[in-house]
Amino acid sequence: MEHNIWIYLLIMASVSYLIRMAPLALIRREITNKLLRSFLFYVPYATLAVMTFPAIMEATQRPVAGLCALVAGIVLAWKGCSLFQVAVLCCAVAFVVELLPIY
Amino acid sequence: MTTENKICFRHGMRDGSPIALGYFAVAFTLGIAARNAGLSALQALVASALNNASAGEYAGFALIAAGSTYWETAIMTLVVNARYLLMSCALSQKLQPDTPLRHRMLIAYDVTDEIFGICVAQPGHLNPWYAYGAIAVAIPGWALGTYFGVIMGNVLPTRVVSALSVGLYGMFLAIIIPPARKNKVIAGVVAAGFAASYLANRLPLLDGLSTGMKTIILTIVLALLAALLFPADIVNTEEKKEER
Repeated sequence: MEHNIWIYLLIMASVSYLIRMAPLALIRREITNKLLRSFLFYVPYATLAVMTFPAIMEATQRPVAGLCALVAGIVLAWKGCSLFQVAVLCCAVAFVVELLPIY
Repeated sequence: MTTENKICFRHGMRDGSPIALGYFAVAFTLGIAARNAGLSALQALVASALNNASAGEYAGFALIAAGSTYWETAIMTLVVNARYLLMSCALSQKLQPDTPLRHRMLIAYDVTDEIFGICVAQPGHLNPWYAYGAIAVAIPGWALGTYFGVIMGNVLPTRVVSALSVGLYGMFLAIIIPPARKNKVIAGVVAAGFAASYLANRLPLLDGLSTGMKTIILTIVLALLAALLFPADIVNTEEKKEER
């Protein structure tokens, strides 16, 4: 089946907007279901972790460069570096490791 | 616009400026992902201007690249952006109860980790114009960054592009690691996410599933397990964030 990129974008934009709009427009009191609240609380951490590894090792020419960037990113974020700093330094680490004459 | 609204709008622009700069750099790497998925610069610009979601857009581009179904894309966008549902819930408590629907619908357009962060940090009720000021500078930063990522990604050497494409994962780490440091359950969820994702890529059992479906399944299973074993009080966590 042939897919149209504009339709993908329309779907992504609609879903993204509805997710943000619905609670603001409709729900004017707190969610009381504790399981649902807990589930939503953990979702971002689970999904971002799943998306990060091992994909980060496939983003670079050499897997080891991605792995080094992953370790560097964890350490930097742990030490309290900002989102911007972590992103830039991960790039720098991956770039330097790919330049190294390993193997 | 009243004088008070004007002042709030300007404050929003002031607080939104560093966010816009960070967005530009991060969106640049997102643009590279968009280019890899086969999007034009215009398509990437529109995607970012309409979605305002790093992880959500990244996931979408990956699905587009894989030729996934529209349904998969919708479900994935829903799952990856689920945290905005929470943020919007929290933000709804921050607005004056009589805030008109049109303001609620406009603010909803750009509820991101960062905009949400500065909005809930405002003392008292949130003036929608503060959010508009921040959004007015943040969205161009985000959308143009993606646009130039697609264009510049074409002229940069492979080595530089592959290094830059790591930036997005760095950003994800910057979102999940600081809370993991403070909360052992989150740390466990992150570690389990890494391990499960690695295994899902290795085990022949899940070979038939697309990357997107694997992510959805792993996310739901891990978050549900964590919620069942370690119920978390979101509101308390959000309040602690505000206090800091």
